[in-house]
Amino acid sequence: MTPDRFETHDVDVLVIGAGGAGLRAAIEASAQGARVGVVCKSLLGKAHTVMAEGGVAAALGHVDPNDSWKVHFKDTMLGGKMLNNWRMAQLHAQEAPDRVRELEHWGAVFDRTQDGRILQRNFGGHSSPRLAHVGDRTGLEMIRTLQDHGVHQGIEVYMECTVTQLQMDGNRVVGAFAYWRETGRFVTFRAKAVVLATGGVGKAYKITSNSWEYTADGHALALRAGAELIDMEFVQFHPTGMVWPPGVQGLLVTEAVRGEGGTLCNKDGERFMKRYDPKRMELSTRDMVARAIYTEVKEGRGSPHGGAYLDISHKQAEVVKKKLPSMYHQFLDFANIDITKGPMEVGPTVHYIMGGVRVDADSGAATVPGLFAAGESSGGMHGANRLGGNSLSDLLVFGRRAGAGAAAYAAKAPAHATLDPAQVSSAERELLAPFERASGPDPYSIHRKLQDSMQSLVGIFRTAEDLERGIEAVAALRREAKAVRVEGSRAFNPGWHLARDLDNMLLISEAIARCALQRKESRGAHARLDYPNLDPSLGGVNSVATMDGEEVRVAQSPLPPMPDELRSLFEPETAGVKG
Amino acid sequence: MAEATLHVFRGDASGGDLKEYKVPLEEGMVVLDAIHHIQGHQAPDLAVRWNCKAAKCGSCSAEVNGKPKLLCKTRMDALPLDAPIVVQPMKTFPVVKDLVTDVKWNYEVNKKIAPFTPKKNAEWRWKQEDIDRVQEFRKCIECFLCQNVCHVLRSHGRTDAFAGPRFLVRVAGLEMHPMDSLNRTKYLKDDAGIGFCNITKCCTEVCPEEITITDNAIIPLKERVVDDHYDPVRKLFRLMAGKKED
Repeated sequence: MTPDRFETHDVDVLVIGAGGAGLRAAIEASAQGARVGVVCKSLLGKAHTVMAEGGVAAALGHVDPNDSWKVHFKDTMLGGKMLNNWRMAQLHAQEAPDRVRELEHWGAVFDRTQDGRILQRNFGGHSSPRLAHVGDRTGLEMIRTLQDHGVHQGIEVYMECTVTQLQMDGNRVVGAFAYWRETGRFVTFRAKAVVLATGGVGKAYKITSNSWEYTADGHALALRAGAELIDMEFVQFHPTGMVWPPGVQGLLVTEAVRGEGGTLCNKDGERFMKRYDPKRMELSTRDMVARAIYTEVKEGRGSPHGGAYLDISHKQAEVVKKKLPSMYHQFLDFANIDITKGPMEVGPTVHYIMGGVRVDADSGAATVPGLFAAGESSGGMHGANRLGGNSLSDLLVFGRRAGAGAAAYAAKAPAHATLDPAQVSSAERELLAPFERASGPDPYSIHRKLQDSMQSLVGIFRTAEDLERGIEAVAALRREAKAVRVEGSRAFNPGWHLARDLDNMLLISEAIARCALQRKESRGAHARLDYPNLDPSLGGVNSVATMDGEEVRVAQSPLPPMPDELRSLFEPETAGVKG
Repeated sequence: MAEATLHVFRGDASGGDLKEYKVPLEEGMVVLDAIHHIQGHQAPDLAVRWNCKAAKCGSCSAEVNGKPKLLCKTRMDALPLDAPIVVQPMKTFPVVKDLVTDVKWNYEVNKKIAPFTPKKNAEWRWKQEDIDRVQEFRKCIECFLCQNVCHVLRSHGRTDAFAGPRFLVRVAGLEMHPMDSLNRTKYLKDDAGIGFCNITKCCTEVCPEEITITDNAIIPLKERVVDDHYDPVRKLFRLMAGKKED
C-alpha cells in the first residue's frame, strides 16, 4: 500500500478552484516563478464567476471623480456592519483599481464612458457609481480574460478533477488526494503550498443562484485540515432571484437592474423600500432589500408567484437591451416575459457566504501552515454583509495576494514530503465505500432533505428553536450519509460525486447553523427574530468554527483592532452600529 | 400530471443506445430539468455536464431531437411532446459517457492562438462604438455548439487542420481589439485553416449567444488573410495606412 500506485503530480503551488480567485492566484504564483497546478471540478472557464453579472467594484473615479479608496473602504465596512477584517477591506479598496486596469491590459473589454475610459455603474451600498462592467456579463469577461492570460503562462490545469482530502505532514499541508471525474481514477498531488479557491456553499440550500459545484469543498477541506473558519452564520440572500417558473427558481437577477434604475413594488404597486430604507430605496444593501421582499411576501403583499415586482420597463427598450442583455434573454427565454415591456417577479435566493477560512489579510495564509485561501472560500473581507460588486474585486485582489503568499511560502518550504500511505488509503476507502454497500439511502434524497432543512430552519430569518432543529436535522443527515449507497461505475458518475460533495455540505451546514445559534443578535445577513437588534458587545467578535474529532466546535474571538486613522473615517456613523 | 417521454443516450466510447425515461412535466420546464429529474429519481449515474443553468456557462451542450442545443435553454413546451424527446451527446466530439463528450481538443486549439499583446505607450481610451464588435465576440460562452455543427469538423473530421468557428471568433476579438498589436493572418491561413470555411453559416444559426459568427468574424478575417497573403497591392495599402504587420 504505497501512494505511488496512483498517478502523482508534483507542483510548488496547487490551486484548488478555477474561478476568478483561483485563476488570479495561479497567475500570480506562476509569475513569481512557482510551478503551478490548478485543479477544477468542471471544465476550465465554467466556474461560477461566469454568473457574476453586474460588475467589479473599484474606486477608479471615472464617473464620480470624488470617489476614492477611503470612500470605498468606508462603504464596505458599513455594508459589513463593521465586522469586516479592516485590513482586508483596506487592501481591497486600495488595490481594486490596479487589478481592474491590469485586467484591461490583459485584454478585458469593459464598457466605456463618453470620454473613452472604463464606465462605472451604481450598486447597492456604494456611495458612488463604482462598478466597472461589461453589460451584465462582467464575470464572463473576467474569467475568459484570466483563462486566456493563464494558459500562456505554463500553468497546468487539471480539469474535471475533484480534491477530496488534503494531505498532511504533521500539521502542515503537503498535498491533495483527488479523483478524475471522467474515469473515476484517483490522483495525488504533492505540493509545497495549497490555495483554496473553491467558492461557496449555496447548494446546501434549496433556493440558490449557485451551480452544482458550490458544495463547501474548500471550507470543509480546511476545517478537516485543522484550519479555522470565521463568520459562517453570514449567508447572503441575494434579494432578486427568479421565482418562476419552478425550474429556474433562485436564478440570479442582477443587481444591475436596480443599478440602472429598476424599481421594486409589491402587489399594491407600492415602492415598499420607502418603508425599509427611505434614503437608499432600491439601492439599499442586499441584506435589507432581501428581508424587505421576504417581509412583503410574508405579510400578503407579494406577487402571484410569491415575490416582488422588479421593473425596468420605464427605460427605453434599446437601453435595457444594451445594458442588461442577458436579463432580457433570461426572462424572455425562461419566463415568457419581455422586461422592456413589463415587470419581473423576484425573490431572495442564497447567493454567497461571507464566512470562510480565516486568513492573514496580506498573504492569504490560513491558520494551518502551507494552506492559503482566497475569494468566497475565505472569510473576513465582507463582514456581516457583502456589497454587490465587491466579490469580483475581492477575487482579483486576494487571489493575487494568496498566489504571491503561496509562492513565497513554497520557495522557502522543504522539498516535497512523501505522502503518508495511511492518509492516502483512508481517502481511497472513503471514496469507494458507497459502491460496496448492498443497500443504503441514495445521495439525491439526502441532498433534498438537507436543502429543505437549511432553507426552512437556517434561512433568512432565524430563531433559536429553528436553529436547534436545524442542527439536529443536519446531524441526523450526517449519520444517514455515512450509509449512502451509489450505483453504476466510477466513470463520470454524478451520483457518486454528489455522495462525496454531500459530506462537505453537511459538515459546513452544521458549522453555519452552530455559528448562527451562537450569535444572539441581528447583524447584516444574520437576522434573528428572537434577537432582532444589534448587540454592540457582539460587534467586536468573530464567530470561529473548528473541528474536534467529527464534531464542529464554535467559539468567539475578538476582531483585530482598527488603527485610529481608519477608525476616524467613521465618526459619527458607527454610533448605532458598534459600541 | 402530464408526462414527457425522453429517449436519452446511455453509453460510452464503446457504444450505447437510447433508453426511455418518463418524467412529470412542470410549467416552464427545460430539457436539463428533465435530465436532472431522471438523475435524481431513476438513473443516478446518468452523466451530463451543467453549471449555471442560465445559458451563461456553455456546459450543457447536446443534441435534442437532432438539433445542437443548450439543454438549460431548451424549453420542453417548445418541443412536440406527442413523440419521445431524443437527447444525445454532441456528435463531433468523442463520447465519454452518456451526454458527456471529450472537448479537450478545443482547449488545445486555444493555446496556439497568440495572446492579446497591447501596443506600447498607447493611451487606453476608446469609444464604445469602437468596441461594440469586439464585445459581441467576447459574449462567447464556449459551449462549442458551433464546433459541433461545423461540417468541416462534424462531417469531415478535420480537427487536424481547422480551428473551428469558436476560435475564429476568438481571433477576431483579438484582431479587432483597438489596443492589440499583433497580426494573426499567417496563423489564420496556415494553422487555423480559415480557408476550409465555406461560409454556410451553420455556426451562426446555432450560437446561443446570437454572435454573428460568419458575417462579423469569419468573413472579415478571410478578407484580411486575402489582403495580407494573396493581394500585394492591398497589403501595401494596409501597410501605408499604418495597419499592423506580422
